[in-house]
Amino acid sequence: MSRGLEILSAGPQVTVEDEGRTGYLAFGLARGGAADTLALAEGAALLGQGPGLAALEMAGFGGTFAVTEPLRIALTGAPMRAALDGAPLVWNASHLVLPGQRLSIGAVEAGVYGYLSLGGGIATEPVLGSRSVHLTAGLGRCVAAGDRLPIGPDGGAGVGLRLAAGGHAGGGVVRVLPTAQTSMFSPEDRARFEATVFRREAAGNRQGVRLAGGAPFATSGQRSLLSEIVEPGDIQMTGEGVPYVLLAECQTMGGYPRIASVVPDDLPIVAQAAPGDMLRFRFVTLEEAVADHRARRPGGKLRVATRRLLRDPREMADLLSYQLISGVTDGGGEE
Amino acid sequence: MEQAGQAPPRILRMGLSGILVQFSDRLDGPANRRSLDFGARLAAALPEGVEEVAPSLGGVYLRLDPLRADHGAIEARLRGLVDGEASDAVASARRWTIPAVFGGTSGPDLDAVAAAVDLGAKEALADLVTQSLRVMAIGFAPGLPYMGILPERWDIPRKAGLTPKVPQGGIVVAVRQAIIFPTDTPTGWWHVGQTGFRGFRPGAAEPFLLRPGDEVRLRPVGQEELRALNARDPEGGGALVEAVLA
Repeated sequence: MSRGLEILSAGPQVTVEDEGRTGYLAFGLARGGAADTLALAEGAALLGQGPGLAALEMAGFGGTFAVTEPLRIALTGAPMRAALDGAPLVWNASHLVLPGQRLSIGAVEAGVYGYLSLGGGIATEPVLGSRSVHLTAGLGRCVAAGDRLPIGPDGGAGVGLRLAAGGHAGGGVVRVLPTAQTSMFSPEDRARFEATVFRREAAGNRQGVRLAGGAPFATSGQRSLLSEIVEPGDIQMTGEGVPYVLLAECQTMGGYPRIASVVPDDLPIVAQAAPGDMLRFRFVTLEEAVADHRARRPGGKLRVATRRLLRDPREMADLLSYQLISGVTDGGGEE
Repeated sequence: MEQAGQAPPRILRMGLSGILVQFSDRLDGPANRRSLDFGARLAAALPEGVEEVAPSLGGVYLRLDPLRADHGAIEARLRGLVDGEASDAVASARRWTIPAVFGGTSGPDLDAVAAAVDLGAKEALADLVTQSLRVMAIGFAPGLPYMGILPERWDIPRKAGLTPKVPQGGIVVAVRQAIIFPTDTPTGWWHVGQTGFRGFRPGAAEPFLLRPGDEVRLRPVGQEELRALNARDPEGGGALVEAVLA
C-alpha cells in the first residue's frame, strides 16, 4: 500500500495548499496557496524539508486522520486542540504517527488557519504548476471523509522539534507600504489610518478580511477609478470607506482605492487575525522592508528557528506542564 | 509618497514587490493598446529581478522578487522604455463569434439596461451585438475578459445592489464594457445575456481561452439553438474562433 493520509472526518474547510501558483496574474488567476505562508514554511522547517511541498490547511477546525505507513507530521499556524490516540500533542512541533493510530485535530484556540504538514508532502496531481486548491477559481475542492491523500517519499528523518518562537495569531501591529493610490488619501487620513486600532470583522475568507474601526476613509474620485491589478496584502477602501485586506485567493483586478499594501512578511498576522482581534498598521519605507525581507532569508531561504521538543533540560518546565495536562508525555522525540 | 504627481505614463510603486506603469487612469482605447503592447515587449525580455508582467486596462503591472530586484534600476529602465517607444498596434489577430441568448431569464437586466441607454430592448440588443468588442484585459477571475469600448451611451453605472450570482457564461455590461463570466460570480454589473462559453478550463491544454487583443462578436440565438450548441460543445457553447489579419 502506498504512503497515504486517510481522512476519517474533516472540518468544513480543509484544503491542500502549497506556496500557490505564480505567473497567471495576466490571466486573472491570483497565486492562491496557503493563507499563512509563514506557517507553511514553519511546518516544512520542523520536518527539515523544502518549503514548496503541499500541506493541509484547516480553517477553524481540523479533522481525524489515519496513516497507511509511519508518517512524520508537523502542526503549525493557528493552534488547535490536537491529540494522538487521545494523548495531547504539542502544537508548533513535529511528531510521528503510526498506522493504527488516530490523529485528531479539533477547534482552533486562537487564529484562523492551522496546518498539518507531512514528511514528503501531499502528492496530489498539480494543476497549473501547483497543488493548491483555489476555491474561488474552482480549482480542486475541500477534503472530505473517505478521501485518501497520496504522500510523497520522505527524504528526511526525525521528529520532536518545536518552533523557538510560538505563533503569530491574535492580531498585532502590521507593517505597510504605500501603493499607487496612497497619495489619493489626505495626509490626515493616512495619519488616522496609522493611529486607528482596527478590529477584524466576521466577514472574511481566503479572499480577504473586512476590518472595522474609526470614521470612513474616503478619497476624491473614488467611484470613477479604473480597475487595476491588485495583489494579496493590498488594503482596499470599499464603497463604505472601511478597509478590506486582500489575501491569497483575492481577485486580480480591483477598482477600489488602496490606501496601503501589507508587507508580505506581515500578511500572516492579518490572515491569522480571528474575528474580534485587533490590528494596527504602520507605514515603513521600502528600503526598510526590503532590508528586513532579505535579513529573514539568509542565502535566499526563510530562516525558521527550531528547538528540541524534549530531552533538553531547559525545556523541562514546558514538559511538566504537558504532563500535568495529559498525564502522558509526548513520545514523539523517540524514533 | 507623492507618486501620483507625475505626468503619464507614470511609474508607481505598489507595496514591496509591485511596480505599475500607468498609461492612463481612465478607460481609453489607445492607452489600453499601448499597455498591451508594452506588456508584451516586457514579457519577451524581463528586466533583471522581475518575475511576472501583467497588462491591464490602462497599465502594466510588474511583480518583482525583492530578494534580487533593485527598484531604482528597474524604474530607470522602465522610464527609458516608455519614453523610447510608443506603439498602440493590436498584437492579437483572432476573432471570436460567441452565440448567446439575451433577455428573459437569460438576461433579466436587459430591459433596465435598454432604458438606461435610452433605447427599446430590441434596439439596445441590436446595438450591442453589432459592436466589435475587443478584449482589453483578462482579470478579476481566471479567464474573465473586460471587453469594450462600447459607445458613449453605454456608460451606465453599476447597479446599486449586488446580484448574488450570475451563472457561468453570463454576459454583463456596465461602464462601456461587457464581460462574459467564466465562473458563477456575484456582481454589480447588469446581466443581459447568457452563453455556453467557458473562458477558463483548468484541465485543458489551453486553460485560458481569450487573450487581450482578441475581437469578440456576440451572435444572438434562441434558447433552443443555444441548448443544442451546448449539448454538442459543452465547454465552448458553439463559439468559433478564426485568425484574422491585424
